[in-house]
Amino acid sequence: MATQVQPVAGTGAVRDLRRGPANFQARRVRSSVMLGLIYAAVVATLIPLLTVLTWVFIQGLPALNWDFFTQLPGPADDPHQGVANSIVGTVQLLGIASLISVPLGVGAGIYISEFGGSRYNTLLRFATDVLSGVPSITIGVFVYALVVLPMRSFSMLAGGIALALVMLPILIRTTEEMLRLVPGSVREAALALGAPMWKTIMRYALPAALPGIVTGGLLAMARAAGETAPLLFTALGNNQWNTGITQPVDALTLKVFFYAGQPYEVWRRESWGGAVVLTLMILITSILARVATNRRAGR
Amino acid sequence: MAQTEVEPAVGSLLRPLTINAAADATPSTEAPALAVKDLQAWYGGFQALKDINIQIAPRQITALIGPSGCGKSTFLRCLNRMHEVIPGARAAGEVLFEGQSIYEQGINPVLIRRHIGMVFQKANPFPTKSIFENVAAGLRIQGAPKAMIAERVERSLHQAALWDEVKDKLHQPATSLSGGQQQRLCLARTVAVEPEIVLMDEPASALDPIATLKIEELMLQLKQHYTIVIVTHNMQQAARVSDTTGVFMVRPDRAGELVEVGPTRQIFTNPQDSRTEAYITGRIG
Amino acid sequence: MAVMSKPGRLPALEAGRGATGDPAFRRLALILATTVILVVIAMLINMTWESRESLNHFGLGFLVGQVWDPVHTIFGALPFIYGTVITSLIALLLAGFIGIGTAIFLAELAPGWIRTPLSFLVELLAAIPSVVYGVWGIFILGPFLKSYVAPGLKATLGGTPFFAGTFYGPSILTASLVLTIMVLPIVAAVSRDVILTVPPSQREAMIGLGATRWEVISRAVLPYARTGILGALILGLGRALGETMAVTMLIGNRGQITPSLFKFGDTLASVLANQFAEAQAGLQRSSLIELALILLVISLAVNAAARLLVWRAGRAQGAGRI
Repeated sequence: MATQVQPVAGTGAVRDLRRGPANFQARRVRSSVMLGLIYAAVVATLIPLLTVLTWVFIQGLPALNWDFFTQLPGPADDPHQGVANSIVGTVQLLGIASLISVPLGVGAGIYISEFGGSRYNTLLRFATDVLSGVPSITIGVFVYALVVLPMRSFSMLAGGIALALVMLPILIRTTEEMLRLVPGSVREAALALGAPMWKTIMRYALPAALPGIVTGGLLAMARAAGETAPLLFTALGNNQWNTGITQPVDALTLKVFFYAGQPYEVWRRESWGGAVVLTLMILITSILARVATNRRAGR
Repeated sequence: MAQTEVEPAVGSLLRPLTINAAADATPSTEAPALAVKDLQAWYGGFQALKDINIQIAPRQITALIGPSGCGKSTFLRCLNRMHEVIPGARAAGEVLFEGQSIYEQGINPVLIRRHIGMVFQKANPFPTKSIFENVAAGLRIQGAPKAMIAERVERSLHQAALWDEVKDKLHQPATSLSGGQQQRLCLARTVAVEPEIVLMDEPASALDPIATLKIEELMLQLKQHYTIVIVTHNMQQAARVSDTTGVFMVRPDRAGELVEVGPTRQIFTNPQDSRTEAYITGRIG
Repeated sequence: MAVMSKPGRLPALEAGRGATGDPAFRRLALILATTVILVVIAMLINMTWESRESLNHFGLGFLVGQVWDPVHTIFGALPFIYGTVITSLIALLLAGFIGIGTAIFLAELAPGWIRTPLSFLVELLAAIPSVVYGVWGIFILGPFLKSYVAPGLKATLGGTPFFAGTFYGPSILTASLVLTIMVLPIVAAVSRDVILTVPPSQREAMIGLGATRWEVISRAVLPYARTGILGALILGLGRALGETMAVTMLIGNRGQITPSLFKFGDTLASVLANQFAEAQAGLQRSSLIELALILLVISLAVNAAARLLVWRAGRAQGAGRI
């Protein structure tokens, strides 16, 4: 059996499969350098994330105490103050935003997934994408002109509408996608039993898609809860308990923003405290959504 | 092309086999281009190949046939370490290329593949590159000078019998070609870097009969310069083009093994292994 | 099954009991869906209407006006357009390289077990509220740059106009860096998805020719994915242009056109955040709404372009498949 190393025909030398020609060295080095840069890019992505999280927790967690959650804002030299009204305000704003955006978003999602013709659906999807790409500050200006000017007052209602516009595109997309995942056989079975179309969708298709829609809704709410810009000239913010839907209301993000720019230590601490609450909320929602999605995918 | 039609000695095929005339030639006395010793391959915990031993003669066509799932494509990939691209795949044993073990520490797989090229089952031209740049791709990465690239591209397209069809549209996208043309383009791309060995993984399985015939004609031309190893599920094709045929089978433990290898005429007319006979006559696979 | 998902078109299926409710249900869903389109149209019309005073008063000159003076009611948008464009471009340049690099790692190089957690972390980066980045930027990044980075830049590149002046903390540079962090996850996540759609046969073709890992990436994967990656960059640009809070908190809020990244600036979004609530009714408010309108039109154009690219990429790749 001729298995001795053979010289390459015409050269008398063994073929070089180890080092390669000179320019191959250069290619190898270039490859290593570029891969090194890619690894560096990954590090450059992770460093900000980790430093942001680290600092938010280091600075923010100590600010979280009983007062933070139960007291109203106070003067800069009062150590016993909190952002209770802002937290309640955020919840109120999210409630209004959900009341408006959930029926709209789920309805639109149902229409796109179950009824719409392909051309109108293309238009609807385009409008949805456009709306999700509109800068949130622009939404604030729009709602200001639409609601605040006619009502002659900043209000919880205006803030809720602004946040609803933030949530709407996310809800439409989630509903559409989740309904699409419901197998046709579910609808078929219901229709075969003589159920009308609307019952089939509301009683069978929608419940099957519900866990996914709820997950998407939670993500939309988390996103809205983290928004500041649309609230600046709609909800405006204040330092008291909110007194009605037509009155200004505070939000956690607004407090974080206003306090961060102040030179007083007490207020800065509140700002960090708000930042850590917002971050924790995002962290928990994202993890919950991820777990829920994985569980569904695993089924 | 000198070919003879014979009635296969065993079993009853629906059609007579056309067997490559060269398959009668006495086995090459030259040193093998590739020698495989006790090759094993795994995907994760699953053993895909067991104890493969074969020698690939230079400037001949070696066909590997066998039922699907028998590991013949895996085996082909082990010959230029392309199996390493698949996550979880690994191989053990020896593959000697010109006497050098390619699995040895320090051997660079990139250099192996530059000398042992591959044509794939589905034509995979680079869609964003022109016809010219597709053929030039391998030369460009090696930093070949401009004049050399132009010359080699033309020659490779001639070798792939594609020149006349594309010479007026070299700078159009490769995707403008038909399926058969795309596969020949991929062949031109592979030979442009002048490898020693060309591995072909069912190169004609996605093509119509005429395009298939064209690829087969090309292989017979190319074997003057290149050692060719082709995996095919098409027994007629193996019989038509190859000098040597190897037959893979699935063992009871689902690993693939090489049950028989020999001159093509012998495999198709007088197989030594009963499983080969059963496969050739259409009883399995 | 595909037919069953649109059963509204099958007359036989509407004959069930209570099917009289179906047309009404369908109409209701249509009305709800159409709201989205109406909102977008209303936004354009309403904001054009509300900025009519400014539009009439300044005309196209508003776009090139360099003075923003509420006292003398002279308003020009150029400093803010400049600030928006310069911060977005710097962010996009940095986030482009880092984001595409991360995407390549996630799609091509990362071992399986690291992919999912890392992708999750990248998505988390996108989910953190803007205002949190702002707080972090004010108290951590700004002082860090001031103590450790700015002196070095000053010493080496201080002679160039790009790093002239004193670095206080808030600056065009600081805002651009935080913007980079915020754009990064979009570029990385979308590019990763695009790269994952590159067929393995493309990589194998290059590997089979004897290409190094980088050559496989740079000559097979990235060219194939280039349209989609461009789409990812434009989506990132869209986010950068409209990003408000972090930029407002870090850019210094002085509308000026300066080459120096150390100086204060202002963007369309940040000037709105700062001045809108207290703006005088009349020309000032109208001018601010016109700034919002400019921002809206720019982001609509950018988003439409990104969508078109992604759509075309899908088509081209469809044609590339045989």
